[in-house]
Amino acid sequence: MNKSLSIAVIITLIFLSGCKNNSNEIRTINFWAMGAEGEYVQKLIPEFEKLNPGLKVKVQMIPWTAAQEKLITAFASNNLPDVFQLGNTWIPQFSVIGAIESLDNLIMKSKNVNEENYFKGIWETNRINGKVYGIPWYIDTRLLFYRADILSKVGYDSPPKTWKELFDASLKIKNLFGAVEKYPIYLPVNEFAPYVIFALENKATILRENDSYGNFAQKEFVEAFKFAMSFYEHNLTPLGISQVTNIYQAFRDEYIVMYISGPWNIKEFTKWMIDEYSEKWMTAPMPSKDGNYPGVSLAGGASLVISKNCNQKAEAWKFIEYLSDSKVQREFYSISSDLPALKQVWEDSSFKYNKHMRAFYEQFQNVVPTPKVPEWEQIAFSKIQQYAELTSRKVLSVEDAMKKLDKEVDNILEKRRELIKQKKIAS
Amino acid sequence: MTKMNINSEQSRIALLFLSPALLSIFVFFFIPVIAAFIISFTDFDIYSLGDYSNITFIGFKNYIRLFNDELFWVSLKNTFLFVVMAGPLSIAVSLSAAILLNSKIVKLKSLFRLSYFIPVVTTLVAVAIVWRFIYHPKFGIINYVLGLIGISPIDWLGDPNWAMPAIVLMAVWKNFGYNMIIFLAGLQNIPTHLYEAAEIEGANSFQQFKSITLPMLAPTTLFVGLITMIGFFQLFAEPYIMTQGGPLNSTISIVHYMYQEGFRWWNMGYSASIAFILFFIIFIGTLIQFKLKKNHTI
Repeated sequence: MNKSLSIAVIITLIFLSGCKNNSNEIRTINFWAMGAEGEYVQKLIPEFEKLNPGLKVKVQMIPWTAAQEKLITAFASNNLPDVFQLGNTWIPQFSVIGAIESLDNLIMKSKNVNEENYFKGIWETNRINGKVYGIPWYIDTRLLFYRADILSKVGYDSPPKTWKELFDASLKIKNLFGAVEKYPIYLPVNEFAPYVIFALENKATILRENDSYGNFAQKEFVEAFKFAMSFYEHNLTPLGISQVTNIYQAFRDEYIVMYISGPWNIKEFTKWMIDEYSEKWMTAPMPSKDGNYPGVSLAGGASLVISKNCNQKAEAWKFIEYLSDSKVQREFYSISSDLPALKQVWEDSSFKYNKHMRAFYEQFQNVVPTPKVPEWEQIAFSKIQQYAELTSRKVLSVEDAMKKLDKEVDNILEKRRELIKQKKIAS
Repeated sequence: MTKMNINSEQSRIALLFLSPALLSIFVFFFIPVIAAFIISFTDFDIYSLGDYSNITFIGFKNYIRLFNDELFWVSLKNTFLFVVMAGPLSIAVSLSAAILLNSKIVKLKSLFRLSYFIPVVTTLVAVAIVWRFIYHPKFGIINYVLGLIGISPIDWLGDPNWAMPAIVLMAVWKNFGYNMIIFLAGLQNIPTHLYEAAEIEGANSFQQFKSITLPMLAPTTLFVGLITMIGFFQLFAEPYIMTQGGPLNSTISIVHYMYQEGFRWWNMGYSASIAFILFFIIFIGTLIQFKLKKNHTI
């Protein structure tokens, strides 16, 4: 009897406290972040909640591999959170389906979010048809990771600055290795980025006519693709992707000497290249074609966006402003090692004197977005990579491959052309 | 036992008891299938998610496009190749394992049964990581053993000619335990007096196998053959994890292609049309198998 009474009391108390919470003016901002960032960002929340009494942030982590699927299904079922993180190549997709809000009005009134605080190419990825949909949170790009010890053995005390030097250094390294199965550079065909970077450096426009047709058979793209393929022709890069199961180990064992990759690998390389190896690796901006160093690279990273049917946009924006504060950005870097989006933070000494970071700062001065169409990921991941593989194995010549690539990309973009014709999407 | 014997009250009660099951089959099976069928005649894609007015009914255009799609034919060819290689191999391996485990001379039966069955219940991702090392061109154990007998190393997963056989080998290893258990049950159902009679007549063990075991196992073999075929036509996870469909699309399967089109690139209409082609193929395969077995057993 006593027991059931006490249970009844407890239940009533729970209900009462529940009511109390509801009547209080505490608003909860739902925030979805991907992968490890979802964990790191939680350390920044208490400070925000202290600064903004009455606001609470609920962070949900979603794994990168399932992120896009989860966000799109959440959109379809009207369940998107107020604020979420979005890889900046996904912004075209989410803006075209009307899932995210344009932020121009909020930026205009904002005290600390301002276009000038960001690298130009990075900011540009967030602008679709003249409207800004996301605020850069952390940024990345691709550049050259290389074994400084081996490059200096073949006479390169500084990294290759032009395409010519890159190729020449590769040939010399190959000669140095002789018959041993080791490679000067790694250009795997399951990574489209180097191929697109070379093309952009050669002034290729990847798509044409409002991004509604492929433009791969143009001279500039073919030329750049041939340059990439010349590394395969001279056996300077491993054919296929099964030889390198662990890129870090391969780098340490000198199996590969140069690799075009992004900042997420700094942490890993530091972990693998320890003791006598720690001084043997460096980063450098992408080589240029005409000596206008640094060459171009891709503007990558993740942005913060507000979902269109969020009904507390002012609060959501407050949270984005908080994460874009220079102090918070610096702290986020120290927790996560994700590169800060704010230029101001880069002036900080911990960046200026970090030898692996300097190259990134230089590279960010010359980054450009990939075509901002929802179909880009399909074009890059399935088609460009597929044709890179076909040409690397000499199944097709570069010219034929690019013609076929154009045809397939034109097919993919058919719906886009149709919608432009109907004026349903802006051109 | 015709309808006449069941009065209307009984059938009403039966329907009442069946209704939860029927309802859930209807809601969670028939409606999605019908919806998918309709979607396969539209251009449902990423643009349509935002605005349903961007969906247009395009008739058989998806199916026509499929027939002109090189990658579709490649994936179809790969899938057939896989079924033709892995199907019979899997049945042969599981039948031999079952016969071995059923024989009187083998000791520690339950240990073997367990260890043959373990791959079936192990997560494929874990299995794939181990097999990637087994197949590694430089450090893999297979190439090491081949090296001992003087065969130069093969880049199993990196060579377009070897990638599919490598996937077949792994898939057979992973799945034969399941069929083995079913065969084992079938074997244990064969009355022992048949064998005793055959022995008295002087039949040797091969003759016993041919004239007793195989015919008595026919229904089991039909069942195993069917589910193996249906399962293998839906090949997806093995190449998805091991090779991502490469090299040179030599391991992309039809389900993998469907998944990519649908859930990576959100071309739902196109993806649905691939699904119905696959359904049609499996349907025909099942019909053929039934026909073959019917003629055989009589």
